Amino acid sequence: MSDDNVEDVEAFRQRAREWIRANLRRADGPGQTLRGKDEQQDLAEVAREREVQRMLFDAGFAGICVPKDYAGQGLTPAHQRAFNDELVGYEYPARLQVPPMTPCMAVLLEFGTEEQKQRHVPAILKGEEIWMQLLSEPSGGSDVAGALTSAVREGDEWLLNGSKIWTSGAWWADWGLVLARTNWDVPKHRGLSVFILPLNAPGVTVHRIEMLNGNREFCQEFLSDVRVPDSDRIGDVDDGWTVGVRWLFHERMQHNSPYVTRPTGATREGEKGSILKVVRDAGRIDDPVARELAGEALEIGLVTEALNHRVARGIMTGTMSDQAAAVGRLLMCVSLSRQSTIAFEIAGAAGGAWADDDGEAAERGTDFLMRQTPSIGGGTTEMARNVIAERVLGMPREQALDRNVPFREVPRGSARQ
Amino acid sequence: MLLQLSSDQEFFRETTDKFLTDQVPVEVLRRLRDEAAGYDADYWRRGAELGWTSLLVTEKHGGGNISGNGILDLTIVAHEFGAHAAPGPLIATNVVAAALAETDSHPDVIAGLLDGSTVATWCIDEPGRRPLDVDVEIRVDGDDLVINGVKRPVEAAEQASHLLVTGRTDDGLTQVLVPAETAGVTVTAMRSVDLTRRFGAVSFSDVRVPRAAAVGEVGQASAQVQRQFHLVLALVNAESVGAMQTAFDMTVEWGFDRYSFGRPLVSYQALKHRFADMKSWLEAGHAITDEAAEELGTGDDRAAMLLSAGKAFIGDYGGELIQDCVQLHGGLGVTFEHDVHLYLRRQTVNRALYGTPSQHRQRLADLGQQRDEAAANKVDA
Repeated sequence: MSDDNVEDVEAFRQRAREWIRANLRRADGPGQTLRGKDEQQDLAEVAREREVQRMLFDAGFAGICVPKDYAGQGLTPAHQRAFNDELVGYEYPARLQVPPMTPCMAVLLEFGTEEQKQRHVPAILKGEEIWMQLLSEPSGGSDVAGALTSAVREGDEWLLNGSKIWTSGAWWADWGLVLARTNWDVPKHRGLSVFILPLNAPGVTVHRIEMLNGNREFCQEFLSDVRVPDSDRIGDVDDGWTVGVRWLFHERMQHNSPYVTRPTGATREGEKGSILKVVRDAGRIDDPVARELAGEALEIGLVTEALNHRVARGIMTGTMSDQAAAVGRLLMCVSLSRQSTIAFEIAGAAGGAWADDDGEAAERGTDFLMRQTPSIGGGTTEMARNVIAERVLGMPREQALDRNVPFREVPRGSARQ
Repeated sequence: MLLQLSSDQEFFRETTDKFLTDQVPVEVLRRLRDEAAGYDADYWRRGAELGWTSLLVTEKHGGGNISGNGILDLTIVAHEFGAHAAPGPLIATNVVAAALAETDSHPDVIAGLLDGSTVATWCIDEPGRRPLDVDVEIRVDGDDLVINGVKRPVEAAEQASHLLVTGRTDDGLTQVLVPAETAGVTVTAMRSVDLTRRFGAVSFSDVRVPRAAAVGEVGQASAQVQRQFHLVLALVNAESVGAMQTAFDMTVEWGFDRYSFGRPLVSYQALKHRFADMKSWLEAGHAITDEAAEELGTGDDRAAMLLSAGKAFIGDYGGELIQDCVQLHGGLGVTFEHDVHLYLRRQTVNRALYGTPSQHRQRLADLGQQRDEAAANKVDA
């Protein structure tokens, strides 16, 4: 930022603090969990989050790192971090951050036409449009570029057919970013294109998936002759993978993205409550074994957070390649998994059967069943390890049988489709 | 290692790196195994001239730092020490120099530490006790202080001419600087896995020093001892990460060069994934070390937790990382001829000293509880 008029970070922090205290509600206890909830309650929470987003926008705190041309604040990541620090302990529009701000808005900002950006970015910052990504397909999770959803051109329109899966909140969101195949006669990475579409468009059917813990946030969408105007294409025809590579990068950035508003340290503490509360509610606060386990959970939480700061700074300053995001992601997933095991262990028998008044010791068994979720969603840890070995350390790529072959000739297992 | 060094810091790092490369290559380290002190006095003096002992000493006392955060600057040297498995009492001398400068005491000793002619060390650990759990007694007797008890392990105990002793006076802690030749001080050499670092057990039997030998106020040293302990943790963590970095780099290179069944080791996915894990632990070690040192240098109260998190993590995962480097080298990795053990030794000793990973996890729970209680009180108020 060479602009001399940029507000000093500390002055901004002060202004943010005053506004947050005067306008936002204190976050009450543990934040959102993955447990199943009443549909009306879900919708009410989404409505409140849209409202909070609008308040942020009106107060000049939405899109802190988004250029002013698109109704953002045109400030720096340091300003966003200061805001996030001050947000600790307060409500925030959690559902509107990842994936709506990143990767969706980040991709729009990077690849959208001027018209697309003017139409959608301010609406996103106002909480009027909530975006989700229609990326994964039932035919394969990690092999994103192997998308089978097809887009066929008809005059000024495209006709989309296929199915997308693992879209969070598609049943209450507004718009989607879609990766589709536009050419089957070239190798897989060269026949893709990216489109945007309203989730209530004719031909889109949204099905809610029930997870093993009762959560029904994830959706599968069926696209049947969905018509998308060519003006809603992002990037060039058949060049969708150029967009896709950055899309995945913005997705890996997650909470390190400068577009994300979120209380600092929310992963570690805010969403699950302090691990020490689990120790206390399990009645083990004087048990040295439980205390040491809690110490380990704190240890890996602090280390993961420090690593994420380092990687974010490294990528921002160009001392690390974009691919280094996988390093932070890998450790974060492994750590979250370990923390879940630790909380379950500390809960003791309450991990297997609990009562409503068990406080933070309750539901640890459920969390444990869902333990692998972070290591799967947003790219598995196996993929992260491949990225680190191949892209960060420069080791030889895994053999792939779909390279330099027209996509329609690539072998598919019977489980695909 | 800091992600971005200023040009002054980079110049400083490079100077130390070149000096160590030139003065203590691996052949020299192997030879120093048989030397009593584990380092050469002239080497230490020349290192001190490069600024190794002056970063935590105020300008008033003849020192000075580079960036305004002397602790952060010193972690650059500690990192290079680990990366080269370098000899010399870096941590011991710096802790004492910082303590003396902070309390404005023993200026003659500070001068000697700064020019490398004097070596001093901190006697803190005691047999069978947790770090900072002090049982050695420092009794006030008229104008004298009388010390009784045993400290071990003490780094460079036989090389140090001055011993900074932390002991208990009634309910408080006292620190005193004791000349090593004082009557009643006995130093017994200990054995260690580090090739060049020496340790001793120091016993104090009615050791009598004038009250003026106190470093800071008698019975009031608790906060100062905490600061020294934190400083040691910052340096030990930086040094271990340096050792991890060298072992990792060496192993990556080996993985590319070594062929089995007609393929380089790094073409096997099973091994690539292990390298990826190691890379994540390595970067995490850098990250937690640098963040902690930064916050310690600026007096942030998060520093204590970050330092213990780093000590526990680097102790455990640094050990796993370097042991995996050994594994990937096969039989060669456990020979004296191969270099990887030089770094494993350094990291291993550092893991055991100043609190094990397990002890630091317990400390983290204590600190976390204090933090939560403080936060709860703040909300109530």
